[in-house]
Amino acid sequence: MTPFIAVLIPFIGAVALGLAARNDRLRDTIAFITPLPLFLVVIWLAAKRLSSGDAMTQTLIEIMPGLDITLAIQPLGLTFALLASTLYIVATPYALGYMKTGGYGNLARFMACYAIALGAAMGIAFSENLLTLYLFYEILSVSTYPLVAHTGTDKARSGARTYLALLLVTSVGLMLPAMIWIWQATGTLSFTAGGIMADRVGPVGGAFALVILLYGIGKAALMPFHRWLPAAMVAPTPVSALLHAVAVVKAGVFSVLTVVLYIFGLDYLLTLATQPLMLYVAVFTMLAASLVAMHQDNLKARLAYSTVSQLAYIVTGALLATELSAIGGGMHMLMHGFGKITLFFCAGAIYVTHGINTVSGMDGLAKRMPLTMLAFFIGALCVIGLPPTGGFWSKWYLVSGAYSAGHYAWSRRSC
Amino acid sequence: MNITEIMPFIVLIPLLAGPVCVLLPGRGLPWLLATISASAAFILAALTLGSVFEGETLRYAFGDWPPPIGIEYRVDAANAFVALLITGVAAILLPWAKPLVDEEIPERQGSFYALFLIALAGLLGITLTGDVFNVFVFLEISSLATYGLIAHGKDRRALLAAFRYLIMGTVGATFLLIGIAFIYILTGSLNMVDLAERLPALGDSRALQVGLGFIVVGLAIKLALFPLHHWLPNAYTYAPTLITTFLAATATKVALYVMLRFIFDVFGPQYSFTALPLAAVFMALAIAGMFAGSWMAIFQRNIKRMLAYSSVAQVGYMVLGVSLLSLAGLTAAFLHLFNHGLMKAALFASVGLIAYQAGSLRIDDLRGIGRQMPWTLTAFALAGVSLIGVPPTAGFISKWYLIGAAVEADQLWLVALILITSLMALIYIARIVEVAWLQPRPDDAPAVHEASWLLLLPVWILVAANFYFGLDTRLTVGAASAAAQALTGGALEGLLP
Repeated sequence: MTPFIAVLIPFIGAVALGLAARNDRLRDTIAFITPLPLFLVVIWLAAKRLSSGDAMTQTLIEIMPGLDITLAIQPLGLTFALLASTLYIVATPYALGYMKTGGYGNLARFMACYAIALGAAMGIAFSENLLTLYLFYEILSVSTYPLVAHTGTDKARSGARTYLALLLVTSVGLMLPAMIWIWQATGTLSFTAGGIMADRVGPVGGAFALVILLYGIGKAALMPFHRWLPAAMVAPTPVSALLHAVAVVKAGVFSVLTVVLYIFGLDYLLTLATQPLMLYVAVFTMLAASLVAMHQDNLKARLAYSTVSQLAYIVTGALLATELSAIGGGMHMLMHGFGKITLFFCAGAIYVTHGINTVSGMDGLAKRMPLTMLAFFIGALCVIGLPPTGGFWSKWYLVSGAYSAGHYAWSRRSC
Repeated sequence: MNITEIMPFIVLIPLLAGPVCVLLPGRGLPWLLATISASAAFILAALTLGSVFEGETLRYAFGDWPPPIGIEYRVDAANAFVALLITGVAAILLPWAKPLVDEEIPERQGSFYALFLIALAGLLGITLTGDVFNVFVFLEISSLATYGLIAHGKDRRALLAAFRYLIMGTVGATFLLIGIAFIYILTGSLNMVDLAERLPALGDSRALQVGLGFIVVGLAIKLALFPLHHWLPNAYTYAPTLITTFLAATATKVALYVMLRFIFDVFGPQYSFTALPLAAVFMALAIAGMFAGSWMAIFQRNIKRMLAYSSVAQVGYMVLGVSLLSLAGLTAAFLHLFNHGLMKAALFASVGLIAYQAGSLRIDDLRGIGRQMPWTLTAFALAGVSLIGVPPTAGFISKWYLIGAAVEADQLWLVALILITSLMALIYIARIVEVAWLQPRPDDAPAVHEASWLLLLPVWILVAANFYFGLDTRLTVGAASAAAQALTGGALEGLLP
């Protein structure tokens, strides 16, 4: 039982779904079953990791000397894997129900791509080095493209094009050269506690690499590379819910956290000239996206911009470069995932039952859909960060981290 | 028999099987003979590469005439690697292409396969020989056979394409011949090793400089280095599927190899890059080719022509690696030479299936075809991913080494250019994927069926090879760096200003 199994299960599920495309019942059964073994394996891995502290490092392939595809279990990755695999269980019945109610076609392709995306998310979570992370990161981008373009209308296609173009341009154009450059400079890409760049890379190179890498991880949606997330909202709601509130965007912020913690290292980060600059960019994204979100009438677009803003919290947490803020960032990744998926599920339910997709059209909806709106309310509380929801605790840590770093201004913000 | 005595048969088997092929009647026998001889050559090439992998050199003197009087075959890691690519592609493509050839060339298949075998033998001869005049002879053999093969295309424009290629190819071969004549007049020798010993003594000879110039330009035409690429798009577009696929994967690669052999082995890098500003010229032309080729590819309406222009861009990557004048750059060039052969073979082969099943190569006619031919189009998309250079594919490894070489040479602006052109590749590949999968099939479009699995299997083998060599790079990177070592002998240090 190794991390590789967890990565493999969704891929096997995807192949099985592809083969069972013509048999509706079999296809649905496979779609239902796939998340279960995945969840159990992740739980087992978590228990093993926490009880014995064994990282279970597993080298799959050595591509070049010193450069390999390796999986290992890190605490942060475990959090991400737990989040994604838990929500996958919840999201699968919702996705099937939604797609059938909404009369969408090509369900096998949809569920197979869904599974591949989850497998890629597992791979990202269990990456032991930057190359492995990059590999699964690209698989995630490519496998979600058909999901965004699923309906095949002109609008969906152009949205999907924006989505894929922005994600691939940033990853191929920025992240890949940064990675090769780091490899040339340090001779390793392994995630190491305390970072690998200190002592090996000068301050100018490091400062440059920070900017390139943070923008290269386009999935973290730092402005001005956030446009893909609203564009992706043309996708059916289950995609927006699981992928663009959980797997994809969390893969982005998870990558940012990992890169900051294990490639740069917190101490080295603080010495870089661009660290305050990127912090301001993250804070600006946080504020600007919230402001834009307030003016969106389309419910999903509003949620998307809210996601952009919330992602910036996590990036901010990483960039503050204190223990507390990094913990807060990791927790917020988890809490926002639970909160936002709830909101998206509600938005989807509202859309398929009543055809409403704007905020202005929701007047008095709570009388007709009381349970949905109650769930929406609780989800919203969590995203806002009010007790007793989980969002409160992550905000607590983030704010504490900000205080301890001496940045009082941004800690005043909430919601 | 040891491997040195077996090695010449890599060339001899197809060369001798070709004339026999003409005499064979019907459709089955010529094909069978061609397949068997290509496979046999492939096995021998694999054995040969295995025995030179550690840096040995095999030398075989024909007719026991000792070099430099006689002709010798001289095989090190560099040419064994190229020979493996050529024979491997031929051995995979020939079994695959039988139904396609039956459809495209219904009559006189004996002479078609004979020409194919002779073209194969010519390419292999260029690769293995250690004699510069022999290079010219084999170049003409393969080129003449290739003109005939291209003219076999179903479209009548194939004749014009073959004719244009004939003009350009003859100019190239003549240039090569003039260059060889120059060095023969100066030294009285045609043997590569012998020349490498004699040429330095000539020093600053203007005639030698001219000879080098003629040879480089002549081979650049065969290589389709921008702006000498005009023969390539037409030739690739109108040739029969098997020929397009085979040539795209091999012909330009052989020209690149032999050019490197001249520059690095015969003339020596020390001389070549100081006598002529080759590094600067190569870099400028490579970059221009990368951009012009990718740009043209984006706007093509015929899918085969699109891939042909993409080849012009990819040749640019290889030459760019050479122009960096470092071991890492040369390794990247060799690596891309092999990997690009794999990806273009897979791409053209899947396009061949589309043409066979749908009868059209216009991108407009491919709307919605992904649902009807899912396996073919998936193979195309996956090979396209390799062309773009996304992990875990062979294309990614090429890009990794090329970018690494550029970083090592402190030419960071090249990294940006390489990435921009990669993203241009993304545009033209994504365009096909989108047309094929996301646009609905027009109602009046003819129904198309998936190709039979016998046709799909070799295509998928090529796709799988793209992924395999993206994960396990021991063979490719090992052979490429051995090839770069063999060519330079480590003589590159201190060459850069």
